[in-house]
Amino acid sequence: MLIKLEYKISGGDFTRAGHASSEVKKNLKQLGVDPLIIRRVVVSMYEAEVNIVAHAYNGHIKVEIESHRIRIVLADKGPGIPDIEMAMREGYTTASQQVREMGFGAGMGLPNIKKNSDILNITSIVNEGTTVEIINNLQ
Amino acid sequence: MEAEKRYNYHALKVADNLCIGCTHCMQVCPTEAIRVRSKLAHINGTRCVDCGACVKACPTSAILIEHDDFNHIFKYEYRVALVPAVFIGQFADVYTTNQIYSALYELGFTNVCEVEHSVEILNEFAIEYYQNYQGEKPLISPYCPAIVRLIQGRFPALVENIMQVRPPVELSALYYQKKLLNKGIAPEQIGLFYVSPCAAKIAAVKNPISEQPGLFQGVINMDFLYNRVLRLLKNTTKPVELRNYKSSLTAKGVLWALTNGESDNMPGRTLAIDGIHNVIDFLELLENGEIHDVDFLELRACDHSCAGGILSHANRFLLVERMRKRAKRNADIKQNSDIRDIDKYKEYLTENGKTAEIPQLPMQNLDQDISKAIAKLQRQRKLMCFLPGIDCAACGAPTCSAFARDVVTRKADLSQCVFLQRMMEKHGKLSPEHAFKINEKIWGINRFEKDCYRKGAENENI
Ligand SMILES: Nc1ncnc2c1ncn2[C@@H]1O[C@H](COP(=O)(O)OP(=O)(O)OP(=O)(O)O)[C@@H](O)[C@H]1O
Ligand code: SF4
Ligand code: SF4
Ligand SMILES: [Mg+2]
Repeated sequence: MLIKLEYKISGGDFTRAGHASSEVKKNLKQLGVDPLIIRRVVVSMYEAEVNIVAHAYNGHIKVEIESHRIRIVLADKGPGIPDIEMAMREGYTTASQQVREMGFGAGMGLPNIKKNSDILNITSIVNEGTTVEIINNLQ
Repeated sequence: MEAEKRYNYHALKVADNLCIGCTHCMQVCPTEAIRVRSKLAHINGTRCVDCGACVKACPTSAILIEHDDFNHIFKYEYRVALVPAVFIGQFADVYTTNQIYSALYELGFTNVCEVEHSVEILNEFAIEYYQNYQGEKPLISPYCPAIVRLIQGRFPALVENIMQVRPPVELSALYYQKKLLNKGIAPEQIGLFYVSPCAAKIAAVKNPISEQPGLFQGVINMDFLYNRVLRLLKNTTKPVELRNYKSSLTAKGVLWALTNGESDNMPGRTLAIDGIHNVIDFLELLENGEIHDVDFLELRACDHSCAGGILSHANRFLLVERMRKRAKRNADIKQNSDIRDIDKYKEYLTENGKTAEIPQLPMQNLDQDISKAIAKLQRQRKLMCFLPGIDCAACGAPTCSAFARDVVTRKADLSQCVFLQRMMEKHGKLSPEHAFKINEKIWGINRFEKDCYRKGAENENI
């Protein structure tokens, strides 16, 4: 059996950033998933969610939960990432001063996602958008 | 399983004869632990964290906090009252600390010790713990037992952030016990009685994290003792015989139970959050990884921390003001000064300062088996398509989503929803008589008949 959850994300709306990850967390708690795995899932998803808010125009999150794994696909329309390898480096950021003043933009998001996921796939087309796929095993 | 059983002790009991089967308690409970069945509120022990919100909300004072019979103290030759500083704060300024203490002796106690006497030693121990701590920050204070229970059940991943440090009341009790034992008094002659400001602390004293229960011989509710003491103090024909008691509680001790009492005395970047809903909001953020660079969290279930405990009768704003004044008066009392006997026991208390490991006690899963849980969650989400989302509580559950959870875990039947009943009636699947019976099963037989003695009705209170 498969549970599907979907969320819409608007770029620039920091007040709602984190909402979707909180919802996913609530669901995982009801499934009795190991708290440390929930933490990984939520932290990685939160960072990817915030990246859409901070760097893209709008996005769409699809979540699939199965007994053995959770797959989260975050697809956005936005500027895209020209050099993914570079973007993955700790401390690398293109965040504006304004975003940094809000406490984001340390360049730690993508490395954190990497750390907190079992599988991470990023594809991106410049001036079109970015798709981030995060998979975590649940058992 | 063992741990779960142990944590199922709660001091709260619903009095069947007082409960009128309304929805006030159910709707304020932060963990959705309450349901109404057969005209009575039922508290689910796995979900309840003893925060006391339901007690405050009950219009008929039907949720009681069980404590021990006061006369129980006379079974012991040495009757030690461990009173929190908020107890002294209950009394208007006209009464001196000496008068209040003297009244406690007159009631039958042979020794009185303020709970926060151990705070100076505890604080040093906690700072050392903080400095040696290698794990992820922030460290979370274990002070408020309702919050500890909340984290164990609802934020299990954060259990490892809770400091394994014993609360002031246990350390002060250990001190007094040791002091009497050192004098050659036999253990069975010593009765340690805790005067509690709340239900959470009663549960924690009866079932401490650290040890097997048994450090205390009993618990007395603070509001009960307040009445007994005030009665003595107000008796002008036979005034309380004054002892020569001098407070040796430091300012830090006086303020410890108030908001910022701990956080002001811990290193690093600290935050103090009071009110259980505020705490839940913050823990959600923390769990999402949204909070960075906080070193220490003081989290308390009640507004204004223990000044707002359910057994605290005084207005909490006045109480806080009185305690701040007392802290100023006590500002000269220093640790290790002659009047502070407890500081001689520092080594002993430090040796015993740590609690055992704190277990996780998840309260939210739908099933032990994840595949079954997924099926139930799926069904729950489907059910939500049919429930109106009004959260009226007429089904006996606090919200439509709590009701859906009850249905998929077989604790409730879909036909309990009054709106689905109307739909079923419309489609000829349920008769009005049957629907009526279902509602009576939840709210009580004859509950919907005219009754002018009801609260707010013509003959109320007659
Ligand atoms: N969805 C996205 N669309 C466009 N660019 C992105 C997206 N996600 C990341 N980037 C680019 O990759 C860089 C690094 O991302 P990363 O999440 O590691 O850091 P950050 O978002 O800048 O800061 P932090 O996540 O620490 O707040 C970003 O500065 C941005 O240039
Ligand atoms: S004490 Fe708190 S958690 Fe327990 S039933 Fe009452 S409101 Fe709910
Ligand atoms: S804040 Fe104090 S009074 Fe309130 S539940 Fe916690 S320990 Fe008890
Ligand atoms: Mg980022």
